[in-house]
Amino acid sequence: MLIPSALDWLARTPWSIALHESQYMWPLTESAHVLTLGLFVGSTAMLDLRLLGVAFTGVPVSELTSRLLPWTRAGFTIMVTTGLLLFYATPVTYYQSLFFRIKVVLLLAAGINVLVFHARTHRTVSAWGGDDRPPSAARVAAIISLTAWTGVVVAGRLIAYNWFSCDIQPQSAFVNWVSGCGAGTP
Amino acid sequence: MLLPFFEWCEATWLGQYVRDSLWLFPVIEAVHLLGFCLLGGALLIVDLRLLGFGLRNQSIAEIASGADRWLVRGVLLTMATGILLFLSEAVKCYYNSSFWVMITTLPFALLFTFGVRRRVVMRDGLVTSWGSRLLATVSLALWFTVAAAGRWIGFSS
Repeated sequence: MLIPSALDWLARTPWSIALHESQYMWPLTESAHVLTLGLFVGSTAMLDLRLLGVAFTGVPVSELTSRLLPWTRAGFTIMVTTGLLLFYATPVTYYQSLFFRIKVVLLLAAGINVLVFHARTHRTVSAWGGDDRPPSAARVAAIISLTAWTGVVVAGRLIAYNWFSCDIQPQSAFVNWVSGCGAGTP
Repeated sequence: MLLPFFEWCEATWLGQYVRDSLWLFPVIEAVHLLGFCLLGGALLIVDLRLLGFGLRNQSIAEIASGADRWLVRGVLLTMATGILLFLSEAVKCYYNSSFWVMITTLPFALLFTFGVRRRVVMRDGLVTSWGSRLLATVSLALWFTVAAAGRWIGFSS
C-alpha cells in the first residue's frame, strides 16, 4: 500500500492543508483549470474537426499542427499545473474517487492517441494535409480524441459529486473495489 | 421586483424536473462545460488570428467563416444547458452576485460577437491591425468575464 500511504503523507503537508482550506486559492485554481478548457479542449476540438473534414477544409492540416498546436500545448501546461495543484489539495479524496479514476484512464487513452497520431499518421501530413477529407487513420484519431476528451471533461466535472465516495457507505462491492476504498484511510 | 419572476422560473415543470433528479443537474453541468469548450475553441481560433497569432497564413475572413458555425453551436449548447441549470435553482441565482455579473455581461458578449465582430471579420481584406487587435481584446474580455463569473456562481453567494 505504498501509494495510499504516500498520498496520506502528502495530504498532511502544510501547503496541501493550506490550499485545501484556503478561501480563495482553491476556487481560483479550480476556475483557472475550468477556464483553460476553452483553450486546451477547444483548440484540440478545432484540429479534430479539421481532421474529420467538417471544419476549415481550406486550411492545410499542417498549418493547424504547426501554428495552433503551440497554443494547445500552452493550454495543456496550464491544465496539468492547476490539475496537479487541485490533486495536491486533497490527494486521498481524488485517489479514492471513482470519477477521478475514470478520468485518469481516459487521459491515458487520449495521450496514447496523441502519441500514435504524431508518431505515425501525422508523419505523412504533407501527402494528405491539404485534402478536404483526410485519410481514415486521421479521422479515427479525431474521433478517439473527441470521445476521450469529452469523457475527461464529464468525468472531471463529476468528481465534485460524492455519490460513490468511500466515506458514504454502503456502496456496492464493485464500487468499493474500483475506487480502492479501505486503503489509505488509517 | 424580479424575484417573483425567478420564483416562477424555479417552479416551472422543467426546473422542478432537473432539481428533483439526483444526476440530471451534474450531467447538464458537464454538457454546459462541453459547450463552453466548443465556444472557446471557435472563439479563440479567430481572436488569436485577429491578434496576429495562430493561423496567420490564412485570411481572417477564411478562419472566421470556418469557425462561425461551430461558434454558434457552442453558444447554443452552452446557453440551452445554462437555461436548464438556471431554472433548477433560479432563486439561488437571484441572490448570487456572480450570476448577475454573468447574466448582465452575456447580452453584451452576444451582441458584440454576432452584431459587430461577425460583420467585421467576415469582410474580405481585413488584416491584422490595431483595429483587429482591439476587436479580439474586447471579445476575449467579454467572454472571459461571462465564463469566469459563470464558474464563480458555484463559489459565491
